[in-house]
Amino acid sequence: MYSLKRKYSNERNKSMRSFGMGQAINQALREEMLRDPDVFLAGEGIGVGIHSSPMLPTAGLLKDFGAGRVKDTPVSEAAIAGLAVGAAVAGLRPVVEIMFNPFFTLASDMIVNHAAKLRYLSGGKSSFPLVVRMKSGAGFGAGCQHSHNLEAWAAHCPGLKVIMPSTPADAKGLLKSAIRDPNPIVFIEDMMLYFVPGPVPEEEYLIPIGQADIKRQGADVTVVTWSKMVGVALKAAEQIAREGIEMEIVDLRTLVPLDKRTLIDSVRKTGRLVVLHEATRTGGFAGEVAAVVMEEAFDSLKAQLRRVTGPDIPVPASPPLERFYIPSEENLILAVKEIVL
Amino acid sequence: MQISKQKKIEMLRSLLLSRKFEEELTELCKIERKIPGMMILCTGQEAVGAGVCAALQPKDVIVTNHRSHSHLLAKGADPKTLMAEIFGKRTGCNKGKSGTLHMAVPEVNALCTTTVVGGGPPIAVGIAFAQQYRQGKWATVCFIGDGAANEGSFHEALNLASVWALPVIFVCENNLYAGAQRYEEHTKSPNIADRAGGYAMPGVVVDGNDALAVYRSALDARTRAVAGDGPTLIEYKTYRWRGHGENDLQIYQPKEEIAAWQAMCPIPKLRGDMLAQGLISKDELREMENRIDAIVQNAISFAEESPYPEPPEALEDVFA
Repeated sequence: MYSLKRKYSNERNKSMRSFGMGQAINQALREEMLRDPDVFLAGEGIGVGIHSSPMLPTAGLLKDFGAGRVKDTPVSEAAIAGLAVGAAVAGLRPVVEIMFNPFFTLASDMIVNHAAKLRYLSGGKSSFPLVVRMKSGAGFGAGCQHSHNLEAWAAHCPGLKVIMPSTPADAKGLLKSAIRDPNPIVFIEDMMLYFVPGPVPEEEYLIPIGQADIKRQGADVTVVTWSKMVGVALKAAEQIAREGIEMEIVDLRTLVPLDKRTLIDSVRKTGRLVVLHEATRTGGFAGEVAAVVMEEAFDSLKAQLRRVTGPDIPVPASPPLERFYIPSEENLILAVKEIVL
Repeated sequence: MQISKQKKIEMLRSLLLSRKFEEELTELCKIERKIPGMMILCTGQEAVGAGVCAALQPKDVIVTNHRSHSHLLAKGADPKTLMAEIFGKRTGCNKGKSGTLHMAVPEVNALCTTTVVGGGPPIAVGIAFAQQYRQGKWATVCFIGDGAANEGSFHEALNLASVWALPVIFVCENNLYAGAQRYEEHTKSPNIADRAGGYAMPGVVVDGNDALAVYRSALDARTRAVAGDGPTLIEYKTYRWRGHGENDLQIYQPKEEIAAWQAMCPIPKLRGDMLAQGLISKDELREMENRIDAIVQNAISFAEESPYPEPPEALEDVFA
């Protein structure tokens, strides 16, 4: 197992290369397809798409693995997700793509009622080793039917594991673990991160599902976050450090199963909690994180906790409106100061 | 096509077993606290399961639905563990997690059973994809009712199956009712199978109460599927004798209609033909019925005597 913390702190390590999350995912898919002939990909435009860039997750895979294993599908999300459910129970390792997170609704019967429940209904006789990749995240002006973070919906369905990585290295190691996991997994990728380079180890590694990662150590306040918001938190931490406030940033990486240990330990250390996510507030996963802390570490809290989230509105399209929607460094710093000062 | 004596005996046995199994359930579910949840029966429709499954090989897969008893029995599922599952017992085929509605029996390649109407077709497409991917000579059958044909998932699945020429047979058991809604009220086209043309696949309409006709049509579709020629949509015209479930008062089903269909029961049809042709004697028939009786009684005893799961067992089997 690779120690990524060590890697992050050693920028000059020769065995690292830098690229975005899209390419990291591409590497994970490629490596797992080479390792296991039962792994196949399916989705809309994953072979021949309307966009073509080496920065995208499935770039070049059709050419290298052929149309038998990289299946462009009709625009049929229910069939794509059902394909994964059926192929998985029959012994294959499907990795399917739902183009955008809001289209989860079209695939959701297959994911929620079938992928998540059929093992339980079988009394543990059947397994559904499948990965549903979904692209998500606001910031590209497409509006609310293409940008809607629904991780809390998936996390609310027993039987699904939910992964939402923040860095290229995490995305690669977690996706490889996800493909090898015997359970259905919802893997949500923030598209803006496709274009944010980060160090990725060259040699093979896995990152276990269900392990949070402390992306920054700090003594004064715990910021629990995931996906794109980890970057926002890191920038805010640099700013606020100049004022003498040290944030500890806990990147959950996996929402289900939730690494309560790391979360609780951090809050016990700092005594303060802010949960940050891009998804809307009401019913968001911040509520779950807050409840876990209240139940298990209430006595260590020195101040009330804070949530920094998108407001309870659909994601608007116009740039100033969209910027207003996405939680910013300023929003986070404000919340931190409210409970630290 | 000549159908062997052995195949006919297999189908007759399957019809009788399913009928007996459900006749017992019809009575058992009236007893308070005997059987949890709903009781959804396929009485009168057994020729579909019997005929289709007789056309399949053990490695062929079925995906079925809430009205599944005859499909599962015909595919070879153990009546004891089915009955125990229906009773909610730990010894049930799914340890009491399913109950009667979603029983899956992977041992006989009844891989998935879903009660979400229209849930089956996309999954069957996935299983058939795996069969094609592994270049096996096997097929998948997806049993649906007429109601499921109006779900969007039906359209997506049939289209994809056709585009990829998958070895899947969509079996629509048109029992004339979707819930309380009669066929004409939910579908304008006289046949569900007419939709097959829209997917460039064969659509076949067959008498669903004629086990031999069911067998022949399923065998044709299977041959086509495993040859790589793609999916088939078969519509079996049959009738739901009972309500949607056993608590259904059937106020919307005319009594004369039920009686008319009961007169076309699939069992006397096959049994009569076989007796007339000397394929089975009265004694052999009686012996078969006695054996089936014993199997079903044995299954009930097994279910009755089996323990319920311990409550904390509810926490098991969510994740692998």
